Amino acid sequence: MSPSTEAVQESWSAIERGRRRRPVEYVVERGIFLVSLSAILMVFLIFLFVGREGLPVLLGRQTSAALAEVIPVADMDKTPPAKLQRYLGLTGTQFQEMDRETKLELMTLKAEGAQTLGKEKDARLNTLEWRYLLFPYQWTGYDRPEAIWQPVSTIHKYNILPLLIGTLKATLVALLFSVPVSLAAAIYVSQLAHPSHKEWMKPAIEMLSGIPSVVLGFFALLVMASFLQPLFGYESRLNAFVAGLALGIAIIPVVFSISEDALTSVPPAYKQAALALGSTPWQAAWKVILPAAVPGVCAAVVLGFGRAIGETMIVLMASGNASIVSASLFDSTRTITATIAAELAETVFGEHHYRMLFLLGALLFAATFLSNLLATRIMTGLKARMEGRA
Amino acid sequence: MKKLILSILAVMAAFGTFTAAQAGTITVKGSDTLVILAQKWAETYMGKNQNVKIQVTGGGSGVGFAALQNKATDLADASRKIKAEEVAECIKAFGKRPTEYKVALDGLAVYVSTDNPVKELTIEQLALIFTGKTKNWKAVGGPDAPITVYSRENSSGTYEFFKENVLGGKDFTSRAQTMPGTAAVLQAVSKDKNGIGYGGSAYGAGAKALAIKKDDSSPAILPNEETVVGGTYPIWRYLYVYVNPSLDKGDVAAYLTWIRSDAGQAIVKDIGYFPLPKAFRSNSGQ
Amino acid sequence: MSSAAASTPSETLPASAGFETRRRDRASMVGTAITGGATLLLLLLLGVILGNILVSGLPGLSIRFIISGADKDMFDVNKAGVLPMIVGTSLRVILMTLFVIPVGVITAIYLTEYANPVSLTTRIIRTAVNNLAGVPSIVFGLFGLGFFINFAGGTLDDLFRPRGAEPLWAKPGILWASLTLAVMTLPLVIVATEESLKAIPVGLREASLALGATKLETVRKIVLPQALPGILTGGILAVGRAGGEVAPILFTGAAYYMAQYPRALTDQFMDLGYHTFILSTQSPNIDQTRPILYATVLVLLLLTFTLNVVAILLRARIRRRARASH
Repeated sequence: MSPSTEAVQESWSAIERGRRRRPVEYVVERGIFLVSLSAILMVFLIFLFVGREGLPVLLGRQTSAALAEVIPVADMDKTPPAKLQRYLGLTGTQFQEMDRETKLELMTLKAEGAQTLGKEKDARLNTLEWRYLLFPYQWTGYDRPEAIWQPVSTIHKYNILPLLIGTLKATLVALLFSVPVSLAAAIYVSQLAHPSHKEWMKPAIEMLSGIPSVVLGFFALLVMASFLQPLFGYESRLNAFVAGLALGIAIIPVVFSISEDALTSVPPAYKQAALALGSTPWQAAWKVILPAAVPGVCAAVVLGFGRAIGETMIVLMASGNASIVSASLFDSTRTITATIAAELAETVFGEHHYRMLFLLGALLFAATFLSNLLATRIMTGLKARMEGRA
Repeated sequence: MKKLILSILAVMAAFGTFTAAQAGTITVKGSDTLVILAQKWAETYMGKNQNVKIQVTGGGSGVGFAALQNKATDLADASRKIKAEEVAECIKAFGKRPTEYKVALDGLAVYVSTDNPVKELTIEQLALIFTGKTKNWKAVGGPDAPITVYSRENSSGTYEFFKENVLGGKDFTSRAQTMPGTAAVLQAVSKDKNGIGYGGSAYGAGAKALAIKKDDSSPAILPNEETVVGGTYPIWRYLYVYVNPSLDKGDVAAYLTWIRSDAGQAIVKDIGYFPLPKAFRSNSGQ
Repeated sequence: MSSAAASTPSETLPASAGFETRRRDRASMVGTAITGGATLLLLLLLGVILGNILVSGLPGLSIRFIISGADKDMFDVNKAGVLPMIVGTSLRVILMTLFVIPVGVITAIYLTEYANPVSLTTRIIRTAVNNLAGVPSIVFGLFGLGFFINFAGGTLDDLFRPRGAEPLWAKPGILWASLTLAVMTLPLVIVATEESLKAIPVGLREASLALGATKLETVRKIVLPQALPGILTGGILAVGRAGGEVAPILFTGAAYYMAQYPRALTDQFMDLGYHTFILSTQSPNIDQTRPILYATVLVLLLLTFTLNVVAILLRARIRRRARASH
């Protein structure tokens, strides 16, 4: 794309010297520049506001311990105000404006809560510590150490392993399905199809991107799940496999479109030379064009990966949403995105569950940000090489 | 062109603040179990009182309480009692305990596929199945087939109620598939001959409700109006509406009174829940 | 960008045709068959999805369904309608275009007409646009809640509402949902506009400058009118994409049920996509409500998919024109 940008720029700069600019125009042009920074601002704000809400968990400043130290209700007047305020979890103004009765009621509630929790052995654990987030732990009542995501429970269990595994499983199925098919179709459309067919085939396949993800989710839930279960004979109707296939459909347009562009932008001389040397069109496509387009195809896969881990509605509707740690693709699975979508609405702003979900969101943001950077890097490298050679 | 856009925006903003200040809207948010009922109540009430507008949103009981604390709703529907920590949050937010109103009764049915020969289970067997200790239908008198457990999202009051009252507070098995709504549970169960799930008895098309025994020696009882209101069916609950007491006046108070009157309770039956016993009803609003 | 002629060697090298038939080996045939099969599979997939929805959705689609509201009873096959959802979805999308088009077009103008393509600022802007395009939609939802509702809304409430009053701005509403979607679709508009700006012949700009116009005048009176089809494409693409998105509006404005139409920027709204989600997961009887579910999906597709198709075709035309002019 940028050669034409440069051409435009060149023509501007050639005439720049002779032109007179009015002061108003100077202001407007600065305005244009400032508005164009909005994309940067937005990325920065997303990073800031999604990260900010999750940060306390990351820094260990948030606790999810169900039971903390209990101050007996009778001792309220003896307790220093600052300590009482912290104990009741109030802000300064809240504490000052609250009358004694209300404070007393809060203390009673705390004491009542503590009493019911007294029997729970794990009640004092801060389950937001790293070891509980990442490693299996043997909770009271369980036979062996397990990685469990059960945020709404007496003991809030926030192990993210099941969610990571679930996300990777669905993404893996999606890539295994969509990459080979999209790549094959891209080879056919760009190299083998008759040009007049190519004209309509490419936009037709790209039309898949026009189907909203909630519609794909609906299709997976009602049609694909019922169709695939008897075919494969697995146990749970909704699982990583069904969700992954639907996810695959969602990322096909991305992988296909970028691979096709990469294949088409290989200099035509390559193909002509191969054909002149007696190879069939297939041999030229497979042995000459494809190797030359490998970086572009890699970028397509990386972008497809980024799109798949971030897709929400399909997995929310078709994956079964069970937070299982297992290797089977036919087990139900719970992804990071579906977890955020299903659980965020019920959380109280600022509470540990809310912050944990934002932390997951930040994790997702970081993962897609990196995969995007990687894809851009690959593509710029490819373009530079192509232009150097062609 | 920019001027045009700016003026449109300005007009819209002015319009926004103006109408928001005008509207006499009651917002209702919370339990998915109650959302159909709440919506029916709203429709009927608005039909009689043209000046009142009622807006209903679901999402789960937890959503309702969170919204109540964040002051994002007037009424919070709930299919479970409010928890101590939620009361504490409410007190922090508006200085008082929220007022609790019982608005209906619900029997919680346990559903299996119509092909499943199992007809009755005890509470203890249910607990073993839903915590994942019992994994095969053979153990409870069914065919030799693995059990697929369907549960609800953890924002749902049904989830918490079932967990407290049937599982004795233990965690659901992590193999349980969580569904975003009771209907999804039912649909899954009706399509899966090894499936088991739970949900309000108002739903139920396509799947079979099990008869439940309190313990080995009790009789097995199916959920219906007689057994639930009479208290013989073991898994039942009240459905609640919570309100910030300082808002419980005017339109809101009138609406709450009407819900609990005979007229409001008649609708409960249409939806498939069970009306409150006479003692809990309000007298006015007929 | 390869030229169209170069990719058709059979035309430029007619002699190779006979040569190919002799050299045709088994591997080539299998390879061609597999890749051709894959292409067919993708086209079939598109056909099956659209066909399934069309065939099952059409019987439920009637004038009554489109013009009546869900207030009749959203799960009753004979009474339910989708007008409130159509209105809600349209409103949020129209509001979104008001925000995203000006910002997107101005950014694209800066990038093509003013920016030094190799400067650090330009590179950062491009990286930001690229990355914005890849941010998962649910993260936009989180952002909308964290930034627009809690931060911006909270600040507005602190400034303009008495303390302790019910929040007006710091709660989900159509304004916040639209802004969230505007951030999400910004890259689409930027890229589409840029593409069409680049397709405008350099000679036009030079001619304008040579006649004594300033740069800004040239951009405003010569370049922008020429770029309108591209801006339109970007807008349609953004509307098509945003129209079907559900994840970003889950926490920022969509309502399960509302008895009235949104009347203020702070009101919530009913939405076609979210309604599809509700009907497929929370209906009291899925088999009974299947006709309205399919009909709702069909309406959603008619609104978003058609727009996408139009945008794809428009874009293909602009690209052909761009190729022809270079």
